[in-house]
Amino acid sequence: MARISLKVNGRSRVVDTDPSTPLLYVLRDELGLNGPKFGCGLSQCGCCTVIVDGNAVRSCSMAVSNAQNRNITTLEGLGSVARPHRLQKAFIDEQAAQCGYCMNGMIMNTKALLDKNPHPTEAEIRRALDGILCRCGSHLRVLRAIQRATV
Amino acid sequence: MAAREVSRRGFLKTTGGLVVSFSFSGPVSRLLAQSSDLTGVEPEATQLDSWLAVAPNGGVTVFTSKVELGTGIETALAQIVADELDVPFQKIQMDWGDTAKSVDQGMTVASRTLERAGPQLRQAAAAARQQLLKLAAARLEVPGERLTVRDGVVSVTGNEGKKVSYGELIGGKRFNLKITATGEGWDMKVAPEARAKDPKDYKIVGTSVPRIDLPPKFTGEYTYIQDVRVPGMLHGRVVRPPVVNSKPASIDESSIRHISGVVKLVQQENFLGVVAETEWAAIQAARALKVTWSPPAEKLPANKDELDAYLKNTKSVIDMNPVKKGNVEEALSRATRTFQATYRWPFQLHGMLGPSCAVADVLADRATIWTGTQAPFMTRDKLATLLGIPKKNVRVIHKEAAGCYGRLEPDDVPEDAALMSRAVGRPVRVQWMREDEHGWSPKGPPHLISVRAGVDTQGKVIAWDYLDRSFPWTDARGVLLASRQVGLKPTDPGFPNGATSAGEVYQFENQKIAAQNLPWQTAGPIPLRTCNLRSPGQPARCFASEGFIDEVASALGIDAVQFRLRYIGENKRLREVLVAAAQKAGWKDRPSPAPASAGPKLLGRGVAITDRAGAMVAVVAEVEVDKPTGKVAVKRITVAHDCGRIVNPDGVRMQIDGNVIQGVSRTLLEEVQFDAISVKSLDWKSYPILTFQEIPAIESVLINRPEMEALGAGEPSIVPVPAAIANAVFDATGVRFREVPLTPQRVLSTLKGAGALSRA
Repeated sequence: MARISLKVNGRSRVVDTDPSTPLLYVLRDELGLNGPKFGCGLSQCGCCTVIVDGNAVRSCSMAVSNAQNRNITTLEGLGSVARPHRLQKAFIDEQAAQCGYCMNGMIMNTKALLDKNPHPTEAEIRRALDGILCRCGSHLRVLRAIQRATV
Repeated sequence: MAAREVSRRGFLKTTGGLVVSFSFSGPVSRLLAQSSDLTGVEPEATQLDSWLAVAPNGGVTVFTSKVELGTGIETALAQIVADELDVPFQKIQMDWGDTAKSVDQGMTVASRTLERAGPQLRQAAAAARQQLLKLAAARLEVPGERLTVRDGVVSVTGNEGKKVSYGELIGGKRFNLKITATGEGWDMKVAPEARAKDPKDYKIVGTSVPRIDLPPKFTGEYTYIQDVRVPGMLHGRVVRPPVVNSKPASIDESSIRHISGVVKLVQQENFLGVVAETEWAAIQAARALKVTWSPPAEKLPANKDELDAYLKNTKSVIDMNPVKKGNVEEALSRATRTFQATYRWPFQLHGMLGPSCAVADVLADRATIWTGTQAPFMTRDKLATLLGIPKKNVRVIHKEAAGCYGRLEPDDVPEDAALMSRAVGRPVRVQWMREDEHGWSPKGPPHLISVRAGVDTQGKVIAWDYLDRSFPWTDARGVLLASRQVGLKPTDPGFPNGATSAGEVYQFENQKIAAQNLPWQTAGPIPLRTCNLRSPGQPARCFASEGFIDEVASALGIDAVQFRLRYIGENKRLREVLVAAAQKAGWKDRPSPAPASAGPKLLGRGVAITDRAGAMVAVVAEVEVDKPTGKVAVKRITVAHDCGRIVNPDGVRMQIDGNVIQGVSRTLLEEVQFDAISVKSLDWKSYPILTFQEIPAIESVLINRPEMEALGAGEPSIVPVPAAIANAVFDATGVRFREVPLTPQRVLSTLKGAGALSRA
């Protein structure tokens, strides 16, 4: 066990945990941040995505010790139902989910994309999200939501 | 706009009208702690109070055992109740899937919730509205005929100042009204004596009300089953055998002693799990635990050829003969042309994106279980059997899982959690790892389908002989995984895998349709266990029936749409969707295959239709086949869809998108890999699904039938997708594909085999 300092959604947090624990479980179980989800634990689906120092990262595969003192943003850090981020607002407006389990991955990877490329083409969006799995088939609405958020 | 929950008992106990509501965004533990004292049998269906409650502020809580699976059913059912009661949509709160608070309306399966639970809740609402009007008439001292209701306020017609709200009339109090309820589950008829509105007067039904559940799903504020935490909760992981029907012969407990936080190794008969203080400790322990497993007690078919032989040669245990008309053999013997083909469909996965998860709190004589089940009452009954405690002492509370498409009718994981919770005497949350879900979730069964047809001298189809050989659902309603591991035995061969979408929509003089399910049930657990997968069996059967009808049309040189129209008969709604899809897709009347084109890319179009339990769907697929690689790209799918009265048009479109994309994925990519003793598809690399760059354009035409009852849209439109795609690939290449998935390797080798690569 070790005390580890994290900067999550702009706040400093200290957790006492096994440093090899994947960041995902610390965010969810220690800090109560349910945005990132467990999907595969293998970096294959994108459900657990968080943004670390500006990059979309699969939190199921990053040890919490490697996230120390880096800027971590989770879905909760973007906005809330009461005060949604414009990307979240666009997803609401387009009703861009069914079960919604993949939405953390969709929105966080899009956020990372838009921070670097504010006006991506449809092909660029599709490429950026190609590794984010959705089983319900909300892809086309997700595309529309992103296009709505970037006009 | 977070979902809220009303504690029924807290609410009903107080006459002063205390309605306790919680925000889901607050600590879940508080919510759960408040309500977990509720056990006992479900409410009486014949009490109106069992179905809904009105709060002093006019809010209406609807109690239902139908659960949200990500299809928007919560919203659609709320629309129906709001309209019938004349209250604003925002006033409705759905409290679903709690066996202590809802009447058993049957499972949320088969795309039948709007069709069956819709009228149940509508009638309960109509009974409530009638009673409220009666109360208002007494309060306002006018005859009931002079009253009108708007937004939950009853007023005197022509004297609108004289009014009283629902909240004032009954808020926080019981109706104490007996209603009629006959039959069981989704067949239950609720309050038929209540007069419901004329559908012409609907204001909310038929509109695209935004989904209640979506905003918090975009912000992390929604509580999925994976997010449920209760005080004192530990984390469990299962340790399943690596091979078919195997037992732990010996276990080396010292292999996990070095992992701090491990609470207990749980073994009951052949069931094995580890419980730890943290998820990570449980995961590490489950991985590190050294177990010597017994050799597999039985073997699966070792490969596809053996499976094929098994499907072909095994005597059936379930026989379905839905159509037997005329004399097929006689007609075939006098036919001038006969056709015969065999179609194949592989084992496929539901592929829940979030694996199974549940939290169980088991005490000596009672249990509370939170889980994503599609069937809260069936899950409760199975848990009672497994734990050996009375049903009335088991409470199952549904929380939404990842989209499951039938997989959570047999909800395995609450059994794992219950066994582990009982062993440690504390609440335990169990989440399956990806390899558990891919490896051990029940699979959609394979099919081997033989079809024959005969045509007379006039080119008329006079014979149709269709035989589907498949497996029953061994686990849908039967004994689940952990139960089998502790020694409970299945008592039947499984649930029949159905027999429709086999060409019964066509009026042929001589027609035989049969479906045979072969023995697949085993006493011990096998990873190729089976259950219902979205519109079960029908995508496969439609792939064969609509593929074969296409073969005949093509051989006779007749356009695929025109050929179908000849034989549809009196089914006007089916005719209408077919014409609508063809028009929308810009279908040109010509025989298939398409005229040969030069270049590496071949373009084709294909059509397929279904009458799926009364819902009509036609699908046109447009594909591009890359000759050098064999890669099939689906460019556009056009769907015409008639599911009776449309409750929420945007919701229907959403379901069509989902059905199409999942259908394309299952057609192009999906096949479970296995060998004689295990499943080999254990992650998304070994079982790929369709991703963003391959998602086709989708266009849908919705045909509304306000005069009909609503039918579900969660499944029908997946049915014709595989056939439409395969027919389009034939149109492009001139080569018929009778087996999915249409992977580049299969397409390339089939084209080579047919000598079709020189076609240019």
